[in-house]
Amino acid sequence: MTEIKNLTLVDLVSKVKSKEISSKEITEYFIERSKKSKKLNSYITENFEKAKKMADEFDKKPDFKCKLPGIPIAVKDLFCTKNLRTTAGSKILENFVPTYESTITENLWSSGAILLGKLNCDEFAMGSSNETSFFGNVQNPISENLVPGGSSGGSASALAADLTPATIGTDTGGSIRQPASFTGTVGLKPTYGSCSRYGIVAFASSLDQAGPMTKDVKDCSLLLEVMSSYDNKDSTSVQFKRGNYLDKLSDNIKGKKIGIPKEYRIDKMPKEIEDLWQKGINIIKDSGAEIVDVSLPNTNYALPAYYIVAPAEASSNLARYDGVKYGFRSEGTNLIDMYEKTRSKGFGDEVKRRIMIGTYVLSSGYYDAYYLKAQKVRRLIKNDFDEVYKKVDAILTPSTPSSAFKIGEKKDDPVSMYLNDIFTVPVNLAGLPAISIPAGTDKKGYPLGLQIIGKAFDEQNILNIAYSMEKQINFKNNLNDWWMK
Amino acid sequence: MTIDLKTVKHISKLSRISLEDKKAEKLASDLNSIFSFIEKLNELDTSKTEPLTSIAETTLKLRKDEIKSGNIRDEVLKNSPDKNKDFFVVPKVVE
Amino acid sequence: MKENQSEYLIKRNNNEYEVVIGLEVHAQVLSESKLFSSSSTKFGAEPNSQVSLVDAAFPGMLPVINEFCIKQAVRTGIGLKAKINKRSIFDRKNYFYADLPQGYQISQYKNPIVGEGEVILDMLSGEKIIGIERLHLEQDAGKSIHDIDPKNTLVDLNRSGVALMEIVSKPDLRSLDEVNLYIKKLRSIMRYMGTCDGNMQEGSLRADVNVSVRKKGQKTYGTRCEIKNVNSIKFMQMAIDYEANRQVDVLEGGGAVDQETRLFDNKKNETRSMRSKEDAHDYRYFPDPDLLPLELSDEFINDLKKNIPELPDEKKKRFMEKFKLSSYEATILVSDIETSKYFEEVIKNSDVKISTNWITGELFALLNEKNLEITNSPISAKNLSKLINFIKDGTISGKIAKSIFEIMADGDQDPKKIIDEKGLKQQSDPKELKKVIDKVVNDNQEKVKEYKSGKEKLFGFFVGQVMKATAGKANPQLVNEILKKKLK
Repeated sequence: MTEIKNLTLVDLVSKVKSKEISSKEITEYFIERSKKSKKLNSYITENFEKAKKMADEFDKKPDFKCKLPGIPIAVKDLFCTKNLRTTAGSKILENFVPTYESTITENLWSSGAILLGKLNCDEFAMGSSNETSFFGNVQNPISENLVPGGSSGGSASALAADLTPATIGTDTGGSIRQPASFTGTVGLKPTYGSCSRYGIVAFASSLDQAGPMTKDVKDCSLLLEVMSSYDNKDSTSVQFKRGNYLDKLSDNIKGKKIGIPKEYRIDKMPKEIEDLWQKGINIIKDSGAEIVDVSLPNTNYALPAYYIVAPAEASSNLARYDGVKYGFRSEGTNLIDMYEKTRSKGFGDEVKRRIMIGTYVLSSGYYDAYYLKAQKVRRLIKNDFDEVYKKVDAILTPSTPSSAFKIGEKKDDPVSMYLNDIFTVPVNLAGLPAISIPAGTDKKGYPLGLQIIGKAFDEQNILNIAYSMEKQINFKNNLNDWWMK
Repeated sequence: MTIDLKTVKHISKLSRISLEDKKAEKLASDLNSIFSFIEKLNELDTSKTEPLTSIAETTLKLRKDEIKSGNIRDEVLKNSPDKNKDFFVVPKVVE
Repeated sequence: MKENQSEYLIKRNNNEYEVVIGLEVHAQVLSESKLFSSSSTKFGAEPNSQVSLVDAAFPGMLPVINEFCIKQAVRTGIGLKAKINKRSIFDRKNYFYADLPQGYQISQYKNPIVGEGEVILDMLSGEKIIGIERLHLEQDAGKSIHDIDPKNTLVDLNRSGVALMEIVSKPDLRSLDEVNLYIKKLRSIMRYMGTCDGNMQEGSLRADVNVSVRKKGQKTYGTRCEIKNVNSIKFMQMAIDYEANRQVDVLEGGGAVDQETRLFDNKKNETRSMRSKEDAHDYRYFPDPDLLPLELSDEFINDLKKNIPELPDEKKKRFMEKFKLSSYEATILVSDIETSKYFEEVIKNSDVKISTNWITGELFALLNEKNLEITNSPISAKNLSKLINFIKDGTISGKIAKSIFEIMADGDQDPKKIIDEKGLKQQSDPKELKKVIDKVVNDNQEKVKEYKSGKEKLFGFFVGQVMKATAGKANPQLVNEILKKKLK
């Protein structure tokens, strides 16, 4: 029999349903691998004992009708999980145990999945390398001392290292797609409003969206199907016909029009990325789809606009961490002193930096020049996409401007770190769905991803394109479990 | 544009995050490099553009006026740093 | 009516100053659950027993708006004859405070749900219109308690998230009496519509008061100060009086008034600067990204318009036209919805004129003496109506009616029962009365002589004797008639 780690989520589901394998076997397998993989530091909080018990319970009374029958899954530690510590990678929530469950994780459990544990991430999802986590750096299983990307770095690392058959992350400016690209995995950011934000520790409310991170596109379709739901507890949740993404998955993309935006050909783009992109274009052509040159003229302004909007919302979203109701408190001589000490000691440097940026751009006298301006630029960026989608069905771009970098390499240069998100951020600003799939490697052998951006609520289409491309690319990481030795 | 130390201190006050002088200087320099990158937006003429306040393609959903959350005081106070059973507790506020 | 001074000038040296007042009234919306969460709004519950995860701002909690609160705000807007904005936006007002769990208050800043409107004050000199600038919806904060624990401040979040309407007037108020009438009228309109109970003791109605002064005749406004969170009309008046005089003193001393926020200390009867807190007040308003713009359809607004009850101004007009009441009487009777309901209940079966006099006279005096609201009146409208009918048909005299009224005040009894039990029915049988009168005349021959010789004042004496003999039940008109004939 094939080793469990070589099975996809969809494989596992069908083997559980056909009783070839039990939930307990799968769960114990991933727990064993996870225990041997401490070096990666992918987990913040383990739920192994409870998970074993739940797997046992599932096997005793299996429900094969559900979509994730007895499947263990570890999730990003940004999702609140009832009675299991939820930290958002921050000291300020180091000991926070929610009494409630996020809608997304609730959807997983009600589909039969079992919580394996909580995965490392950048503090409050603010980072592109997982280096801002209070719980330490995460190793990319691709190579030692390589960042896994961020902010869903622990999720990407755990997935690529086969510590969980699939996982979920959140994406505010690329936090699912960039780590997916860095680890040779598939990551999808759904249309804003598809997946409920209820119970997810908020970073930037108008940009945050949870999504699946999986080994392949079929798994991605299945997990998205489970995650996506209309939720009346989230005012920005959108009611629309949610598809059976897996059932409808098709690799036939003949006649589809795929746009190639010229503005994504940035200065100093490494040749490897150029080549990768061209490879993607050729594959699409071979599949009978049409390539169309398009223009998204305001692309260059997306990143600056993002670094106004996201910190502004974050500065307000993170005001609730004040040492009063929950979380870390540093005693002070009076209320203000307590606030200032708590927040100074409880937040890490990057979080503080972004709170400061956000506070500044919203402050009196600067609102119009920064925040309002950014909201207008956001409109222009959305208009660009609307224009292009009159002509094409989807857009193909690289996922990131480079492959994974070394731990510490960009830590002290915030702007160069921010530039990592240059291809992913416009999608969040426009609220569109996008998927990153592994498409090749650079000369160091590190994975590189391609991004397919779709129309709003047209997840099925980008999944189909990704599925078709995936078949032809046939990417494999071929890791040797170095971190377990 | 340059963000000076005084501005950094003012923002730190507004965001209720205390800041040592050394860190404030480093932060000022970080903020300056970030803002010089942000300034790129000034190239764009947005005088005729409406700001985009919400990206969700839907209208605001309305809830019925019903009481669904009962007394969950223990749950609400469970994570509180101070172990008072009835109240949240903060250092004395002098009006 | 002493509540009707529109002239309020402060004199210093040779200068006269006019006081300019604007009010920001915070009215708690009458609703079962909070503005953005489904916990109860009920007053007086155990601390922190009406706090949901949303109210306490737990990580990942999101606001979902209460439709009824929106309707209440729009209804109030209609009552203020105001423009209803079909698109409004909820913003975050950012500041840190112990009783503000989110670290921001959800409010409406640039795009409120209701725009300009008006409130009409009924002054002795006629009507005065006070402009309304806007009405917006916002969340209430929790409560900080400073006097239980000597070292700490305790926080109760029961109020956190309760819906408030902030109703901002234009700076059109000019006197303490106008402030009083304005608050009462606003309260009355909201109570008519059931959008706010107006209970100031429970904090359902509070106000921030903006005060400035200017020399009489000056066109431009002076620099204003805002006095925060005053919770009774009396305190508002005291605060304004103190603050206006303080500003005049500053100006007369050659100084300039600083625009600032002040606090009213009702124990010392003074306002104090809150400037120490000022520099931290940069609210950094921005549209709440957890919510979308609120769009109201014409249908939604029209449905609400159709179901607006008759409001005080219209009711007053109707009372004056239909019942021929004076403006003064009508104003009093419509000032509170419950009073007007009581009045209309009484006059269903009773004479309007007598009813008006009895309600505004005896009944109000009784309520005032017992410090009761009309809803708790010891005498029901039904029984008062019966009493009035007995007066009208001559069953009892006005004087007897008053003593029956007093008995009724001790427990709502049917006046007929009292009349029967105590035999208070008026003696209107001429034969019976004649007998009594004959006896009185016979018994007082001396006085009859005096009367007949021109001492006409003695007539009252005879009436008194008849009343005494009949225990006050004799029909006074009949007594007069018969007595006059007899003494001719």
